[in-house]
Parts: sequence; C-alpha cells; structure tokens
Amino acid sequence: MQELINRAKELLADGTVVRVLGWKKGDMPYNPEPAFFESADALEDFVYDGFCGANLSKFMIEASGKEGRTLVFLKPCDTYSMNQLIKEHRVDREKTYIIGVGCTGKLSAEKIHALGIRAIEAVSGAEVGMFTGENEALAAEKTLTIQTLYGEKTCSYKDAMLERCHVCKGKEHKIFDEIIGASADTKDGDRFAQVEQIEAMSPAERFAFFQAELSKCIRCNACRNVCPACSCRKCVFDSNKFDSAQKANADSFEEKMFHIIRAFHVAGRCTDCGECSRVCPQGIPLHLFNRKFIKDIDDFYGEFQAGEDAETVGPLTSFTFDDVEPGVVERG
Amino acid sequence: MLKIAREKLPALYRAIASSQELYLPVQRSGQVNFAAWEEGFDEEQLQAGLNTLKTVKSPKDVFFPQSETLYTCKRKGKKLTVEPEALKEQDFVVFGMRACDVQAVKVLDQVFLTEPVDSFYAARRERGTIVALACGEPDVSCFCKVFGIDCAEPSADVAAWMVGEELYWKPLTEKGERLTGSISGLLADAGEAEEAQLEEEKTKIRTIVERLPYSHLSLEGWDGGATDEKFQDTLWEELYRPCLACGTCTFVCPTCQCYDIKDYDTGNGVQRYRCWDSCMYSDFTMMAAANNRTSQMQRFRQRFMHKLVYFPANNDGMYSCVGCGRCVEKCPSALNIVKVIKAFAAKREAAAEGGDK
Repeated sequence: MQELINRAKELLADGTVVRVLGWKKGDMPYNPEPAFFESADALEDFVYDGFCGANLSKFMIEASGKEGRTLVFLKPCDTYSMNQLIKEHRVDREKTYIIGVGCTGKLSAEKIHALGIRAIEAVSGAEVGMFTGENEALAAEKTLTIQTLYGEKTCSYKDAMLERCHVCKGKEHKIFDEIIGASADTKDGDRFAQVEQIEAMSPAERFAFFQAELSKCIRCNACRNVCPACSCRKCVFDSNKFDSAQKANADSFEEKMFHIIRAFHVAGRCTDCGECSRVCPQGIPLHLFNRKFIKDIDDFYGEFQAGEDAETVGPLTSFTFDDVEPGVVERG
Repeated sequence: MLKIAREKLPALYRAIASSQELYLPVQRSGQVNFAAWEEGFDEEQLQAGLNTLKTVKSPKDVFFPQSETLYTCKRKGKKLTVEPEALKEQDFVVFGMRACDVQAVKVLDQVFLTEPVDSFYAARRERGTIVALACGEPDVSCFCKVFGIDCAEPSADVAAWMVGEELYWKPLTEKGERLTGSISGLLADAGEAEEAQLEEEKTKIRTIVERLPYSHLSLEGWDGGATDEKFQDTLWEELYRPCLACGTCTFVCPTCQCYDIKDYDTGNGVQRYRCWDSCMYSDFTMMAAANNRTSQMQRFRQRFMHKLVYFPANNDGMYSCVGCGRCVEKCPSALNIVKVIKAFAAKREAAAEGGDK
C-alpha cells in the first residue's frame, strides 16, 4: 500500500497528474470510500486493502471534465469498465493516468455478516501484499480473523469474497500506464452456472424466482448509479417529460420493468463488473440479468467480452446480414 | 411482567393475526424486512426475523408506505368520478420494532400529526399497536444512545425482551393492555427470579452500548442556532464527493419522510398516488420555474442539515436521526451521517487547538 502512496506522491510532484482517485480509510475496518486526493498530504488517508471493492472507473467521467490529468487506481476487472468508458467517449484517455493495482480477491462486509459474523471491530488478513509471488495463488486460501463485540471469529477469505471474485476475469489489467502489486485469479466457479439453472426452470418457476427477488427492490437506484455502463447524462427513469420517471412502483410490474429495461440498455456494454449486485441494499442478484445477455451474445455472435479493449465494435452495435435474428415470435 | 417461550411465538403470532393484522420481521430471499403475517411462513424465516437486529428497510412503511394511492379518478363517457382512498380501518400490530425505530415513529408524528394532519398516517397510527423488542446484541453501527434512546428499555405499547429461550412481555399503554388481554391465554406470569434476570440482561445491554464505537459521538455545535455557519461550511464540498446520488440512505432511513405525489394513467382515468421521494435525487426540488438545488453537494448537504439542524430547530430540539445505523451499513460509497458528524467535530477541534496556540 505504501508503494501506491509513494508513487502517487511522485506523480503529483512531477506534475504528471493533478489529482489522485483512490480509496480513503473508513471509520470501520470494512468501509473505505472512493475519494479524490488533491495533495500529497491528503494521501495520508489513502488505503488499499481487501475491502476496496468499489470500481472507480465511473468517477473518471467526472474527473475527465476537470482540468488536468487524474491518476486512477484500477483492479484488473475495473480496467474492463475503463476501456468501455473510453470506447463510449465518456472518459478521456488523455486525462487519465492508470496504475493497475494488484488484486487477490475483494471482500464483502455483507458476506461476512451473512456468515453470522456481526458487530465487527477489527479484521486481520484483509491487508494487500501479504501474498505475492509464489504464494499469490494461495491468496484465496487465507483466513480472516475478525474481532467482534461478541468475541473473536474466523472465516475463510474465500467465503467472504464478493460474488464477482468467484468468477474472476483474470489477473491481467486490460489498460494501464503501469502496474504495482501482484494479482491472483480467484476464479472457483462457473460464470454462467446460475444462468443455466434459471434457464432450466419452467416459465412459472422462473417468474416466481424473479418475482421474489425483485419484489425486494426499493427503487433506490444504487444499481443504476454505480453502474459504469449506465452513463447517460439524463436517465429516462429520471425524466419528467415522458411519464417515465419512477420513484416507487405504482404496481408490481414496474419494479420488473425498471430492471429489465436497464438490463437491455447495458446489454453488449456491460463488462460484468458486478457493482450492481455489490451495492444492492436488498441483496438482489442483479448480475444475473446481465449474464443472461452476455451468454446469449456469446451464443449468437461468438464470444465477446465488453471492455476487453477500447476499440472493438460490440456485436450489438454492428450489423451484418448473417446476424441471427432470435425472437420469441415464429415468422410465417 | 409476562412471558412466553420462544418456541410458542408462532402460536402467539397466529393468535394476534386471528383478530387483526400483524406485521413482523421475516426473511425472504435472504433479506429480513417487515411483512404482513402469512400462515405459510416457515420456522427458518421467522427465526431469522427474530434474530435480526436491523431489517433492511425500517418498519416505517407500516405507517407511511413507500407507495400509496390517495384517490382515483375514473372517466366513463362524459361522467367523471373521484373516489378517495379509504383510510385504514383494520387494527394491526407491529411486532419486533426496535427502540430506535419506535423513536423514529415519534419523529414522523411531528411531521404528519401536526396541523394540517395527514389523515392517512393518522388513521394508521390510531389503528396500530407497537410491540418493541429490546436489542440483546447491539451492533457497531448503532448509535441510538447519542439521541438519548435506551435500547435495553424500549418504550412502546408493549416492551419485550428475548432472553435465552423466553420472551418477556410488558404492556406499557392502554393499547398494549388491550393486546395483552386478547392473548392472555398464551402468556404466563414471570417470577421474581426472572425479573431479576431481566434486570441483569438490561445491564448487560447497556454495558455493550457503552462500548460501541459510535456511542459517544458528540452533537455539540449541531443546534438550531448554527444554521448559517453549518450551511456555508466548505467541508460539504469534500464530504459529498463519493456520493452516487442514489436513494439508499433515504429509503432505508426510519425517519426520512419526504414524498412525491404522482399520477398513474390507468387508461380510463388517473390514480393519484404518493411515494417516498429522496432529496438525493436530481428532480427532488424541480419546480415549474427551475430547480433550486443544482449540484449533488447541495442535495447531500440538505439531507444532513435537515436531520441535524432544521428539524431540531423546528421541533424543540428533536433530531430526525435516531442512530439506527442503516445508512452506515448500506451506503454503496460508505458515506453516512456519522462520518459527517465526525468530520465537523474534527474540524472544530482543529480550530480550537489552533486557537490555543
């Protein structure tokens, strides 16, 4: 972590960048916040540990509009979002200096709570840089030792990882100016396993599954606002012009409509960064919608990973006469 | 003091639900929220509900639903009818509210029961009986003590404590007595030894509360008189920056009470409904002429100024935060009211130190 701070100070001092986008220490062991640092002194509060799950790419839209270059720290999976934002002309590469940071899987306080470990006072084992070189593959086999108000608890690092880390896209940064720290591929699950399970359900079961999940939605818009693919200047769901603004559901169909429309809108552009599911206060597995689209796109047009680079035109934004035309309506 | 064994609670729920509506914390698709009693709830859902300190959403929607119809207009040929929505007529019980959430209802009362009285809210308050549950294991995100709330001794229509395998039950109001009378067959008298044990439990809870990291937050300087000074402070420019402008904090908050009124086109008329609104949203202050809050910094500032400055200034010092800590746990960017209070305190301390030199 000190290495990251030192490098940020150098880049500020030599004028390469005028601000730093990273994570700031929280007041709990598990709640660092995304933060802009404008000076070397401010970097005293910089932190990078297992709880820095937030994908900072989207904050670069705001930073792109400011004077000067911004240093941003990106984990391997965050770089896919960055590529996509550059491709869509929402982030200006010229105003961006990217340090790819090592990642050995990110933790979720919600997951730890779900394991029955609450009232957390301190966590050890979440530090970054403990497992590098030969040991990096072992990162996910670490144990977290957690001090709680009600005694010491332990859990495996793996069990406390965010869902997205179990389907890790790999330890490679897809765009960077330099890399600091080692990464590990933490994948231990099949990205499409749950999508396949849902596909195998009967329509009635499938409807019941999504009904149960989506009826928890409180329409806080956290999923939309955190989503790097949701970068419209004005969202249709905030517009007063077309009677489409929604703050709550007038009927039970509307909560589904919001999520379905959002999934359609980010299809082909969603990198599967998992932020939607990370931030949902009701634990709705929103990534499943996106993964269904990704899976279908792979099937119809050949494997495609949004954000793999900043140039390739996506399958849903290009057209060839050979394209499949899937539909639920049979044509006569 | 009365008591009932934990294993008999489903029978208690059923008995209450036989004569009125019952709302209680229950787990559904992995999350615990308040819901209307259903005979189909299983043991696991109910146990999770009972063991969960903080429901995701506060129970405020029992009195102030996230979305409710106010009236419906229908057009039939040339005839137009307007049907006002009926007020709550059925009695109901909310079981398992925590002391902070009970205090939050008092905050809502200040808003909705003062003139002009909100008839929809007033009817629900009239019909509702609250059974509050003491917090056996407070969490690190709790700071109810800061607002003078004692989670070991909740004050509602009935106070209840879960100690080991027994639930202790103590009616505190006339409504509470009536409810107790209607289920008296299920409740047994607690002996003196058990009363003493309960006192020990309360002491234990208060000892834990003393140790909570946020319990000793100072609200010094957050009084009604400091409005302009707080409003103008440059700290807001730093504090708001990671804010995603989502409505999570406002929608999980037990005291946020702002709403919007909207029309739903039913095809042959209009259903006018109101729904929770969030001061974090860009169109919250949109008016015919313009929007008087154009930046997220202004929106962010508003939320905390309302809770810590404007509300107490207009309500005899009552803060419209109860320290439930839901925003602390749920903000996607890890922002919250505690960080705001701490940042202002740190700035004040730094200024005081500077002054001494």
